[in-house]
Amino acid sequence: MIDVEKIRKDFPMLEKSMQSHPLVYFDNASTTFKPRCVMEEVDRYYKEINANSHRGDYDIAYNMDQELFHAREVIARFVGCEPNEVIFTSGTSMSLNMVAWGYGLKHLKKGDEILISEAEHASNVLPWGRICELTGAILRHVPLTSDGKVTVENVKKCMNDKVKIVSLAAVTNVLGNSIDIKGISEVVHSYGAIFSVDGAQSVPHTKTDFKGDGIDFLSFSGHKMMGPTGIGVLVGRYPLLEDMDPVLTGGGMNDKYDINGCVTYLEPPAKFEAGTLNLEGILGLRRAVEYIESIGISNIDEYVKSLKKYCVEELSKLDNVIVYNPDSDSGIVTFNVKDVFSQDEASYLNSKGIALRSGEHCDKTLAEFLGTPDTCRASFYVYNTKEEIDYLVEALKNGGNFLDAFFD
Amino acid sequence: MPSLTNEMMRAIIMDHASNPVFKHTPTEEGYEKVHMKSDNCIDDIDIYLKIDKDKVVDASFEGRACAISTASTDIMCSMMIGKTRDEGLNLIDQYMHMIHEEEYDSELLEEALAFQNTSKQAARIRCATIGWSAAKEIFEKHE
Repeated sequence: MIDVEKIRKDFPMLEKSMQSHPLVYFDNASTTFKPRCVMEEVDRYYKEINANSHRGDYDIAYNMDQELFHAREVIARFVGCEPNEVIFTSGTSMSLNMVAWGYGLKHLKKGDEILISEAEHASNVLPWGRICELTGAILRHVPLTSDGKVTVENVKKCMNDKVKIVSLAAVTNVLGNSIDIKGISEVVHSYGAIFSVDGAQSVPHTKTDFKGDGIDFLSFSGHKMMGPTGIGVLVGRYPLLEDMDPVLTGGGMNDKYDINGCVTYLEPPAKFEAGTLNLEGILGLRRAVEYIESIGISNIDEYVKSLKKYCVEELSKLDNVIVYNPDSDSGIVTFNVKDVFSQDEASYLNSKGIALRSGEHCDKTLAEFLGTPDTCRASFYVYNTKEEIDYLVEALKNGGNFLDAFFD
Repeated sequence: MPSLTNEMMRAIIMDHASNPVFKHTPTEEGYEKVHMKSDNCIDDIDIYLKIDKDKVVDASFEGRACAISTASTDIMCSMMIGKTRDEGLNLIDQYMHMIHEEEYDSELLEEALAFQNTSKQAARIRCATIGWSAAKEIFEKHE
């Protein structure tokens, strides 16, 4: 069990109000609030370290390198990989783009196939589309089951010898369905293909086992797991990293080069970290991981799922609300109020101090499956409470009167 | 127009959102079209004005839009028809002043006054002005 009231005290944002109501934040699939300890760690970088990495012979630079190495160790332990398989990026989008541009572009040729699903975030769709344009490879989609899931069986049906890369969200961002990572990995590898996992919605919530589950590339963001914005991670199986091209070249990643154009790069992960790293972000992310570990990732997982289950139960008592993903196993509830455009509903909820997402949620391929182009999405995290959900449900009872947002 | 009560303003917005009069694609030639999209909202609409000898003779819009943008654009169309370019631009200016809580001429704005509380939901300002901005763009092109 977790002590939510104690956890809530760690988050300054939870003390704020919005539209004269206590702020209820249900947009955690977009970004999460940060605990004080993460902010203090970012601050500590500037107050006590403030040196570049890999650059100096003086003490504070040495200290920075030690901190950086330690951050890789903490993150590696958290997701079950080796420290030298952890590459720091700006976030999931950059990580997925590195897989596409650094690995995909190098290895794919005309007629090869890339497999994604019908429920991917734009960041796991558009980079592959560009790589297909450039290489002549073909982008294919694993169909969803009637309840919106990507299953091992459906992946198996789509596999053939031409499929070289399979890239899937471990938890999809609109419906919040999880995949059987290990099961899919076995199928993908039996065809000799590479398995890239978009962990943006899964790593903050559930135990990730990079090595044990047979993942080849794992992408995730710091800001969705209580870390700073602008920092994320790409984890890659080491032999694949050796075989992947850097997308950015420049300082900090080269071994040597001369005026004749001869150049050699450093070994991974440095090979993929051109330029000065987001050092405050890296330290903040490390602190966020430690914070998650202090609560326990499985406790977070269990608690968030219990909030989702509770929310679905309560919403099912309202006859003016449609829930699109009652059975998905994560902290995301996707719904609409009957006959109200999602964005109008979101404004109404804003007027009650409730922050949630509306629209297409960066997934413009799901509309046909859902039967509606846009939805409201409430997504929970460890600091949310059943009382907040009660408040949402109460507000939604009157959700048809969305113009209250302007006239109440 | 006498001052509107909240109930009257609600009724105006709901009426134009549920039963927009000008939401259709023109079937004849001679319209100027501007496509508008919103970064924050799902709004994705085309706005059409037909201008003949400096006067708006018809206006309409089509596309996907929330209640706020549907109603505000529908009202904009109804008000633009019959206006000259200068009258239309002035109307748009007054409307924008109202939306941004600046001084404006309430005598001119008729049903558009229903949107005077938009700034309470700042994220929806774009929705309430998307059609009006499109009309401005067309007028400015038509100079």
